[in-house]
Amino acid sequence: MNKNDNQGPLWEVFIQSKSGLPYKHAGSLHAMDKEMALQNARDLYTRRNEGTSIWVVLSEQIVASNPNDAEELFDPMNDKIYRHPTFYTMPEGAKHI
Amino acid sequence: MTALLNFEEAFQAKIDAEEKIEPRDWMPDEYRKNLIRQISQHAHSEVIGMQPEGNWITRAPSLRSKLILLAKIQDEAGHGLYLYSACETLGVSREELLNQLHTGKAKYSSIFNYPTLTWADIGAVGWLVDGAAIVNQVSLQRTSYGPYARAMVRICKEESFHQRQGYEIMAHLALGTPEQKAMAQDALNRWWWPSIMMFGPHDADSAHSAKSMKWKIKRESNDELRQRFIDKTVQQAEVIGLTIPDPKLKWNEQRGHYDYGEINWEEFNQVINGNGPCNKQRLEHHKRVHDEGAWVREAAIAYAEKQKAKQQAAA
Repeated sequence: MNKNDNQGPLWEVFIQSKSGLPYKHAGSLHAMDKEMALQNARDLYTRRNEGTSIWVVLSEQIVASNPNDAEELFDPMNDKIYRHPTFYTMPEGAKHI
Repeated sequence: MTALLNFEEAFQAKIDAEEKIEPRDWMPDEYRKNLIRQISQHAHSEVIGMQPEGNWITRAPSLRSKLILLAKIQDEAGHGLYLYSACETLGVSREELLNQLHTGKAKYSSIFNYPTLTWADIGAVGWLVDGAAIVNQVSLQRTSYGPYARAMVRICKEESFHQRQGYEIMAHLALGTPEQKAMAQDALNRWWWPSIMMFGPHDADSAHSAKSMKWKIKRESNDELRQRFIDKTVQQAEVIGLTIPDPKLKWNEQRGHYDYGEINWEEFNQVINGNGPCNKQRLEHHKRVHDEGAWVREAAIAYAEKQKAKQQAAA
């Protein structure tokens, strides 16, 4: 941490709005350590009962794909429509499938 | 050069297709700069905006109104923080942003350089200032930069309570004793014009507008937003029996909008350039509190380092 940066590292905040639902990115914040990050996340992102549970993760620990690689990463899936159930023709009259 | 042109074309195509730009996407330097200017100005406004309201915490007329005012001011702090985070995704640090505020390089909304003289001013700020801000922010939910748009969605959800609490204060006063009604009218008289100035210069005179519209940083022009705010506020004033201090305000059947009088742009420019009633006070207060809080930041850093050392020793 350099001397001019006295705000602490950046953390990403994920909130679960109801038990059973996935955690969703809410935003980010600065904090010196994980306890402070959790406290700040609670004050900043759940002032109106938005959550039942919070994750905080150091931003620098997140590995993200590069938007420029999107084609290479995701296009190969375009021609694999057989991965979707609607691809298949079901015999007339078959039920519950 | 050709490569750069291709990047710019792809960037503009993405914006034209209503796709959001994300932090790691390529973007023109000018777009980045424009956004940093606008988002930081927005963040600073939220934070400086806590001061005129904070002025009344200890003097709120009831426990109920005090609790509400505290919650509202806490929201403003939160909104500032959402926006600083969004701005930092563009590669500028929080320290740098604060530094720009303190040196006057970055501005904040001029409206917060006016004083809150009576309790009715807290009503007028919520009703008019937050009301104007909401019109602007609803439009910005569709801004082209993803983190900014997401911050706006969150802010808009929270902001409508602010406007309603302000209007409730005004309505109570307006229906109260003649003195209370006069106090409400006086607050409206003082806050009306600065509120409609919040949308900035007329479209023809707006320095940053053309580029911002092309890049969809701004989705609607200053005049369109101002008109929307005026159109919906006139009826609200009528309902509580207050008079908007503009003799030229008149429904225009043909346009389907209210016509309004000439805005005093000389006053607007004076306040922007530091000569409003409270410019000096607002900035000095922010600097003083920031400096006085230095020991907290130092202590937090020292504590975090100590904990880290302890953990490493234990491992």
